Amino acid sequence: MSGLVVRGISKRFRGLQAVKAVSFDVPERGLIGLIGPNGAGKTTTFNLIAGVFTPDEGEITFNGRRLNGMRPDQVCAAGIARTFQIVRPFGELTVEDNVLVGCLHAEPDVTAARRSAVAILERLGLAAKRNQVAASLTLPDRKRLEVARALGTKPKLLLLDEVMAGLRPTEVDLMVGFFREINRDTGITILLIEHVMRAVMALAQHVVVLNHGEKIAEGTPEQVVRDPAVLECYLGEEAV
Amino acid sequence: MIKIWLAEIPPRGRLYLGLLLAALLAAPLFIDGYALSVLVLVFYFAYLGQAWNIMMGFAGQLSLGHALYFGLGAYTGAALYVHFGLSPWLGMLAGGAVAAAAGAAIGALGFRFKIGGVYFAILTIAFAEFTRILFDHWLWVGGSGGFFLPVTGGRGGNDLLGLRGSPTMFYYVWLAATIGVLILCRALLSSRLGYFWLAIREDQEAAQALGINTFRYKIFAVMLSAALTAFGGVLYAFYNNNLFPSAIFSITRSIDMLLGAIIGGVGTLMGPIIGAFILTPLGEALTVLLEPLRDLGIKLDGIKQVFYGLCVVVIVVFQRRGVWPWLWRKLGLDGGAK
Amino acid sequence: MPIEVYLNQIASGALTGLIYGLSALGLSVIFGVCKIVNFAHGEMMVIAMYAALLAFQWFGLDPLVSIPLVCALLFAAGYALQAGLINRLIDVPDHMQFILLAAIAIAMVSGCLMIFGPNAQNVQLDYAYDSYEIGPLLLDKVRVLAGIAAISVAGLLAAFFRWTWIGKAICACGDNIVGARVTGLNVKHLFALAFGLGSVCIGAAGCILLLLVDVQPFLAVEYTLLAFVVVIVGGLGSLTGALLAGVLIGVSEALAGLFIQPSLKSMFSFGLLILVLLFRPQGLVGKRA
Repeated sequence: MSGLVVRGISKRFRGLQAVKAVSFDVPERGLIGLIGPNGAGKTTTFNLIAGVFTPDEGEITFNGRRLNGMRPDQVCAAGIARTFQIVRPFGELTVEDNVLVGCLHAEPDVTAARRSAVAILERLGLAAKRNQVAASLTLPDRKRLEVARALGTKPKLLLLDEVMAGLRPTEVDLMVGFFREINRDTGITILLIEHVMRAVMALAQHVVVLNHGEKIAEGTPEQVVRDPAVLECYLGEEAV
Repeated sequence: MIKIWLAEIPPRGRLYLGLLLAALLAAPLFIDGYALSVLVLVFYFAYLGQAWNIMMGFAGQLSLGHALYFGLGAYTGAALYVHFGLSPWLGMLAGGAVAAAAGAAIGALGFRFKIGGVYFAILTIAFAEFTRILFDHWLWVGGSGGFFLPVTGGRGGNDLLGLRGSPTMFYYVWLAATIGVLILCRALLSSRLGYFWLAIREDQEAAQALGINTFRYKIFAVMLSAALTAFGGVLYAFYNNNLFPSAIFSITRSIDMLLGAIIGGVGTLMGPIIGAFILTPLGEALTVLLEPLRDLGIKLDGIKQVFYGLCVVVIVVFQRRGVWPWLWRKLGLDGGAK
Repeated sequence: MPIEVYLNQIASGALTGLIYGLSALGLSVIFGVCKIVNFAHGEMMVIAMYAALLAFQWFGLDPLVSIPLVCALLFAAGYALQAGLINRLIDVPDHMQFILLAAIAIAMVSGCLMIFGPNAQNVQLDYAYDSYEIGPLLLDKVRVLAGIAAISVAGLLAAFFRWTWIGKAICACGDNIVGARVTGLNVKHLFALAFGLGSVCIGAAGCILLLLVDVQPFLAVEYTLLAFVVVIVGGLGSLTGALLAGVLIGVSEALAGLFIQPSLKSMFSFGLLILVLLFRPQGLVGKRA
C-alpha cells in the first residue's frame, strides 16, 4: 500500500492515554485534514508519525516502510517533513539560511541548495525578508518560514501542524491556494492539523476527526461537519 | 574560495585586515623578547579560543573541560618525542587522533544519554579532572613531578621540522596556526556541515526534523574541536618544554581557553581572536602597572585572572554578544557582520 | 588490618561527609530555587574558611564560634550577588550564566591567592588531638564536633523551609515561578534570600571544615567539583539526598585512602559522578524529572 498507513497506534504518557488505537490512511497525492478539539491527540499523532515518540502499540508505514522506532531525522530522510505547531525558527540565522538548512538535506551542494531556498521563499512571499534574522519575523511570517523550511527537504509527505492559526482570512486563502498548487504541481501529499475550519473545508479531500485520543469520525469535509458525534465534541451537546 | 570570502568583507575591513596582518608579520623585527612572548600568548589564546568556539559557538555544545584535549595532545606529542624520537608534527597527528577519540567517546556518552547543557559541561569537567589525577600517577610521563622535553635548539638553530628553536620561530608557528584555523572556520561556516551545526545550536529538535542526524554532527563538532585543541597542546609542549598535570589539565586552563571567545563574541569568526588581543595585553599591562603593590605585601600572581573574570562579568552584563559585533559597527564595517 | 581500623575510617569518613553534605546543600538550595548552577561554590567556601581563619588569628575565635559571623557575611555576599547581578540576567542563556559564575569564581580564587598567598594555613586548637572512645571506635573530637555542627545547621535550614512563612515562599518560587509571581510574592527578593541561605550553608561548612583541613586558595576548585559530585549523586534539589550522598562520598574517600594511594581518592568521586550522570542523572535519591 502506498502513502502513509496508520494502523491502531496508541500512546500513553504516564496516566494519560493521549492516542488510542487510531487508524487512518493518507493516500499518495492526497490532501487530508486531521481535526479535533484541543487535547484530542492531534499533535501527539504527528509526533508519533514524525519519530519524536514511538507508538506503544500499532504500526505506521510509509510507502511500505515501517516508521516505528525511527528517529525524526530518519523519518525526514524517508520523505516526510513536518512543521511545528509552536514555531521553532533558527532565530539567529537569516530567513534564507533557515530554509537553506532544509534544502541541504536534499541537495548537499550549498550553492544549489541556496538557489532552491530562494525559489521556495519567493513562492511563499518571503523573498523580500530573506536577509532578516528569523527572530525578527512576525508570527504569520514565522509560520510561513516553517512551511518553507519543511518544503526545502523535498518531502513526499508534508505534515502541517496549524500553520494557518493567527493568519487573516485573506492570508488563509493565499496559503490554501499555495498548498493546492504545490499538491497539484508536484504531487506532494499533505496531512494537516488545522483549527481554521475555513482552510480545512477548502483544502481537505478527506478529514479524520479525533477526540480524547480516539478517532470518532472520518469522511469528506461535508460528511464530517454533519456527523452528530463531531458536532457534539466541537459544539457541546446543546447544539445537536 | 578565499577570494570570494575576501570579497564579502567590506573594503575598509579588507584594509584593516591587511594592515593588521602586515604588522603582525613584521612585528618580530621591531619588538623585544617580552613583547614577543606576550604576542605568542595572544595567539595561544586566539587559537584555542577558536577551537573551543567550533564546539560552543557553532554547534552549541558547552565544554568546560577542553584542558583534557589540550593535555592529551601535549602529552602525546611530548611522550612520542621523548620516548621514541617521533617528529612533533607526526606527534600532532597522533595527539589530535587521541583527543578526537576521547572527544568522540565523551560526546557519544553524553549525547547518547541525552545529557544536555550544564550537565554536559559538568561531565566534561569530570573527565578532565579524572584524567588529571590519572596523569599525576602515570610515571611513564613523569607523574606529578612533571614531564620535560630536552632543550636543544636554542638561538640561531631554528629547526621547524623538529619544532626546536627561538621564540621568533614559535611566534610565526602560532600566528600561522591561528590564521589557519580562521580560514578553516570560515570554510566551515559556509559549508553544509557548518549550517547543520548552526541549526543544531539554534534548535536541536527542529534541526532533527529537517533530517539532520544531530548525534552524528554534534560528535563531529566535539572531535574537530578536540583535535584542533590537541594540536595547540603539542605546540605548547614544544614551546614550553615542561608539562605538569596540575597545570596542563586544570580547570583554570579550560576556562582561560574560552575567555577570549566569550569576550570577543561566541559564534563569530573574529571574536576569539579579538578577545585574545584584548585580554592578554591588558592583563600583562595590569601586572606591570600594579607592580608597586608588591611592596605592600600583595601578591600579583592572580591579578590577571581577577581581571579576566571581571571582564567576563562586564561583557555578560553589558555586551552579551561580545566585543566583536560592537567593534564591527564602530569600525564602520556594517552590513552582514560575520 | 584489624576491623577497628576500617570502622574508624568509615566513621570519620561519614563525619567528614556530613560537612560535604552541608556544603552541597548550599549548591542544591541555590539551584533548586534560583536555577543557578553556582560555579563559584568552592570559591565562596574558601572565602568563608579564610574569614574564619582571620577571626581566629585576630580575635582567637574558635571556627565553630565564628559560624554565625561568617554566615552573616556570606549571606550578605550571596544576597548581593543575586540581587545586584544575577537577577538582572534572568533572560541570559544558561551557558552564559554558567560562564559568568565561572568567571566570578576565577576572580575570587585569584583574589584569595593575591591576598593570602598560595601556602596552606590552619588554626591551632587546644583540643585538636583530643578524641572520644565509643565502643571499639576512637573518634577525633574535632571530627565529632564538625559532624554535629553540620547536622545542626542542615536541620535548622530544613526547619526554616518547612515551618516559616518565608521559607515556604522561597520553596514556592522554586517550584513555580509564574505561580509565585501571580500570588504577589516578591520573586527577586526571595531569589536573593535563597542565594543568601545557600551561601549560609557554604559559610557554615567552610567554618567547620577549617577544623579538619588547612586552607589554601586552590582548594576552591576541588570543593566546587566535590559539591557537584555530592549534589548530582544525591539528586539536585533533595536535602536528604545531599546529606546521604555527602556521607557516601566521605566514606568512600576515607576507604579509598586506606586501600589505595590517598591522592587517587578523588578519582573515585569523579568516576562516580560520571557514572551517575550517565545512568541516573536524577541522582540516587531524586525522582525522575
